[in-house]
Amino acid sequence: MPAIAVLALRQAIVTQPSGRQCQMANMLANIFGLSPVQPLEEHIEIAFRCAKKLRPLFVAVIANDWDTALEIRADIEALEHEADNVKKEIRLHMPKSLFMPVPREDLLELLLVQDRIANRAKDVSGVIIGRRMHIPDVLAEKFVEFVDRNIDAAKQARKSVRELDELFTAGFRGAEVALVADMIEKLDRIETHTDEQQTVLRTALFQIEKTLDPIDAMFLYEVISLTGEIADMSERVGRRLELLLSQ
Amino acid sequence: MEHQLIYISLAALFGLFMAWGIGANDVANAMATSVGSKALTIKQAILVAAVFEFLGAVLAGGAVTSTIRKGIVDAELLAGTPELLVYGMLAALLAAGTWLLIASRNGWPVSTTHSIVGAIVGFAAVGIGVDAVQWGKVGTIVMSWVVSPVTAGFIAYLIYRSVQRLILSQEDPLAKAKRYVPVYIFLAAFTITLVTILKGLKHVGLDISIRDSYLLAIGVAIGIALLGAFFISKIEPDPKAEKSQHFYTVERVFGVLMVVTACSMAFAHGSNDVANAIGPLAAVIGIATTGEIAAKSELPIWVLMLGGGGIVVGLATFGRHVIATVGKKITQLTPSRGFAAELAAATTIVIASGTGIPISTTHTLVGAVLGVGMARGIEAIDLRVVARILVSWVVTIPAGAFLAIVFFFLFRTFLP
Repeated sequence: MPAIAVLALRQAIVTQPSGRQCQMANMLANIFGLSPVQPLEEHIEIAFRCAKKLRPLFVAVIANDWDTALEIRADIEALEHEADNVKKEIRLHMPKSLFMPVPREDLLELLLVQDRIANRAKDVSGVIIGRRMHIPDVLAEKFVEFVDRNIDAAKQARKSVRELDELFTAGFRGAEVALVADMIEKLDRIETHTDEQQTVLRTALFQIEKTLDPIDAMFLYEVISLTGEIADMSERVGRRLELLLSQ
Repeated sequence: MEHQLIYISLAALFGLFMAWGIGANDVANAMATSVGSKALTIKQAILVAAVFEFLGAVLAGGAVTSTIRKGIVDAELLAGTPELLVYGMLAALLAAGTWLLIASRNGWPVSTTHSIVGAIVGFAAVGIGVDAVQWGKVGTIVMSWVVSPVTAGFIAYLIYRSVQRLILSQEDPLAKAKRYVPVYIFLAAFTITLVTILKGLKHVGLDISIRDSYLLAIGVAIGIALLGAFFISKIEPDPKAEKSQHFYTVERVFGVLMVVTACSMAFAHGSNDVANAIGPLAAVIGIATTGEIAAKSELPIWVLMLGGGGIVVGLATFGRHVIATVGKKITQLTPSRGFAAELAAATTIVIASGTGIPISTTHTLVGAVLGVGMARGIEAIDLRVVARILVSWVVTIPAGAFLAIVFFFLFRTFLP
């Protein structure tokens, strides 16, 4: 009997009269807003996985395995879509009334450039599949190295962003800041390397472009450019993080 | 006094209901952080809270209870008609309890202390006369409602900044944590023990000299700090967990400190909030048994024990559900942050209890959390809720007063 009474009282006190969601009267519980840190880390994870799929895609295309290539393209699209959903959720739960240790705008900007990594990966895959692109044999090996290095950049960006919750714990001060600054520096070096690789690739393409169909050649330049942007976007993620560190 | 049994029974019933409500809803604020951060299991938290809420109520709750009982209403004016005070205190208890039920149902954040004080001022000012209220004392109390969250916030800010500088922003935070956390444990235990001994133990009949008080507090604190250091030395880093969360083991070290501050918080809460239920009851008992407003009469200790017991029952029946629910929502309050907030709040509350001022323990804790937020320690604070809390401040006092006035006139008309 007492148990039933307790349960009934609990029901009466904790739930709303209307059909609305259970609203707690507890001051302490409600004062905490939804933290964007965990979702941001989740988002960069998805964006990285999306970019990572480019390697198997290029390998399949070079081997002329279009069935596999189409599957991978579908995966990339799904991951990019998932990243978009997480992005929307984060924006939805960051009202102006949320008080955070870093400016809301800075976090939203970070989210934006993170998302661009996934977008670029999707763009690259779209062009390759859409053109049923053939990668010339002389370029194949360099291309795959180039793609790998861009994925490394995305991986380094992911590693840096995953330090966000530690940065928050350390109050954006001290040893953790030095650690992340090092990571961002390494990211810069990777991006510079991809720039060099891009130059080499374009030069190699220039040497054989007369032997190719002009439109195919143009789209090959396009794909090189788009792929290079993955490292660019990753570097921008590093830049945004640096801004947060300098608060 | 005639019909004293009816009055005392009613007062005891309403008072116990208030105590039960306080145990069910408020205690969660003291213990939820420890449960949410896994420093304690729910069973351990309930046990800790039960013991320390009771101790706080009995050992340190006397001064605030006296204030509620006879510090707000000027008893002299009622010498000829003591039953008015009985009706009024009963009305105040019922009003505060009703308002809390209404607010809980609607999800409004309200304070038990604001409700009961508003209710008492209400019935006294309107039911008896404006002169019946000791406005000087009331003014002090209301000012303290502003001062206590601000003070707790400031102290929490300082504590958390020190933690950031000494431990969290260092090269090897784990080593620094193992070195400094015992010091924090010492400070926590020392402060709470000292304030309690200096201010709180009078009502229990103990009288200790100032020098002995300090020595005793230091002794107790050293003992607790050594015990804490022992548990800390047992903590080994977990390489797998460290990979995803660098501060995982550091937080576990702070978890030991959290147990100490959780005890402090439960003690402090018991010392200040027991009065909200027991103060009016003590007033009724005092008048009903002696038939007169005896301003000098002592507060019987069994009344404090009754209040403490009511809180424990509320905690054990309903409180565990609230603790679990709140604990899930405040995961941002990791041990390193939670302890700073709890220590600051507990210190502020215990000082207020010692000085006999009824303050809102929840507002004080919220103020402390905001202080940690100011030190950039909280990832996201919803300022709309802060605004809602401020609104509830303004609304609760007139609401409690209004309900108390209504009940007062009802009792005066219908009670013998």
